[in-house]
Amino acid sequence: MGLSLVEVNSKQRGASSFDEPFYINMGPQHPSTHGVLRLFLELDGETIINCDPKIGYLHRGVEKLAETLNYNQTIVLSDRLDYIASCANNTAFCLAFEKLFGLQVPRRARILRTIVNEMARISSHLLWLATHALDIGAMTVFLYCFRDREWLLNIFEKICGARLTHSYVRVGGVRQDFTLEIIEDLYKFTEVFPERVLEYETLIDVNRIWLERTKNIAVVSAEEAISLGLTGPVLRGSGVPYDVRKFRPYDAYDEVEFEVPIGKNGDVYDRYRVRMEELRQSNKIIRQCLEKLSETEGEPVLPENAPDLLIPERVREPEPKPHPKKGFIFTGKEVPVVPPGEAFASIESPKGELAVYVVSDGTNKPWRLRIRTPSFVHISALPELAKGHMIADLIAIIGTLDVVLGDSDR
Amino acid sequence: MGIEKSTIEVMPSVRQIPGTPVFITSIDKIFNWARASSIWPMTFGLACCAIEMMATGASHYDLDRFGIIFRASPRQADCLIVAGTVTKKMAPMIKRVYEQMPEPKYVIAMGSCACSGGIFRTYSTVQGVDEFLPVDIYLPGCPPRPEALIYALLKLQDKIKAESGKWGFWRK
Repeated sequence: MGLSLVEVNSKQRGASSFDEPFYINMGPQHPSTHGVLRLFLELDGETIINCDPKIGYLHRGVEKLAETLNYNQTIVLSDRLDYIASCANNTAFCLAFEKLFGLQVPRRARILRTIVNEMARISSHLLWLATHALDIGAMTVFLYCFRDREWLLNIFEKICGARLTHSYVRVGGVRQDFTLEIIEDLYKFTEVFPERVLEYETLIDVNRIWLERTKNIAVVSAEEAISLGLTGPVLRGSGVPYDVRKFRPYDAYDEVEFEVPIGKNGDVYDRYRVRMEELRQSNKIIRQCLEKLSETEGEPVLPENAPDLLIPERVREPEPKPHPKKGFIFTGKEVPVVPPGEAFASIESPKGELAVYVVSDGTNKPWRLRIRTPSFVHISALPELAKGHMIADLIAIIGTLDVVLGDSDR
Repeated sequence: MGIEKSTIEVMPSVRQIPGTPVFITSIDKIFNWARASSIWPMTFGLACCAIEMMATGASHYDLDRFGIIFRASPRQADCLIVAGTVTKKMAPMIKRVYEQMPEPKYVIAMGSCACSGGIFRTYSTVQGVDEFLPVDIYLPGCPPRPEALIYALLKLQDKIKAESGKWGFWRK
């Protein structure tokens, strides 16, 4: 009331502060919050003073539910955590369980796991690029990324029959071997994919709007990033070359050669560059693993003593029954009793470091299963990153953290 | 009646007065045709199924060719695709989004979780969105393929075309 146009204008730009802050609620129904993230914002004009993330809108009780299922059944739950890269979750769960069981994974299974993990990384980063660019305003990238993601999902479908929720990795190895057709498809994909990455870069790298909206936004220094607990591409964008694949190699990562790309400034643009470089490195890893597959031709993908899934075996009754539905009886295989103890495993998932801690009390079900997910930690860093930025930049900041709410709420 | 004698049937239940650009049909048929040919669903993803919903709208499956365009605001949407697990914390928000939508409005429960709770029979999950919303189409699958979502939307079109006097001022 009674403000001159100049005063209103300067307050809208955030040059001077209003008498009282302006509170708005963003989400949980918002197209750019990547699911059901709710942010309670305290604004001064358009500048964010404080940002309070409210999570739990997708809390499904996975950790509690895991205590009621046996170890192999738990893998199905892990698919639904980070549903964009379910093979990474499967691997984390299985690595922890294998330590508990004391199982040795065959070499061919380790190579196959590395391939599907890197495929999951590519498909996750493609989806990240698609949604991040769509939020900032580049819709073409969305359509291009989904074109190649569909290709990858088709290969996944040939591998395990599912597009998103794979459950391909099993305790002790993988479910089944690749067929020749899949290997051919992957060779074709890896040949074409580097050109495709170049294509995405030509779409946005010289785009002035993209550069303006990503450079010098949400700058995190290396010390800050470490103290906030950031991992994955978000940490590497700040110049810290921490990658679990290099530091504690699991699966076949000690056999392959790849670089860990790092950024310099730690802003949104650098994290974008890191992820684009990771796409190329993942492609390189898949290529190397495919050549290693020919060395291990015909080797088993599951050890002899791997625990069986409780798949009912269909046994036909000797004499035909009158009722058509009762012609079969179902018998399940016994699940072995696990020695009491605890195990911890962590992997480099596409979003960051994913860790699983499991405690067994000697029965065939986990007594406690704790999952350390990267998205949960990244959301907790959101207030620090968003402080002092314009509300429009918040979309870019949520996008750059690459959070999945199923991952954070569990 | 006189209408049958003076008009000819050009399409099922659409009659034309010969030699004139005048057609006679029921108001339901016109409105249902318009509603079924441009279903605008709400951009509202909850969990895994939302990724498949995005894939359906993206380049490979391309929902635009059915006149289906995703809208970000509930005020402009006709159809709510509940894509994913509905938790007890999220259920009031979904109900509010549904109440914000103008009539006529339809609900598709996409995925096992939205249909029946799926594998998540826990303390925090609502066992099916039909506990608090009127569901038109149930689409099972975990997650359903994009083709399945397209089939569900085509089934919804069939359902809309068969409606009579359900919405609008002439409702029964």
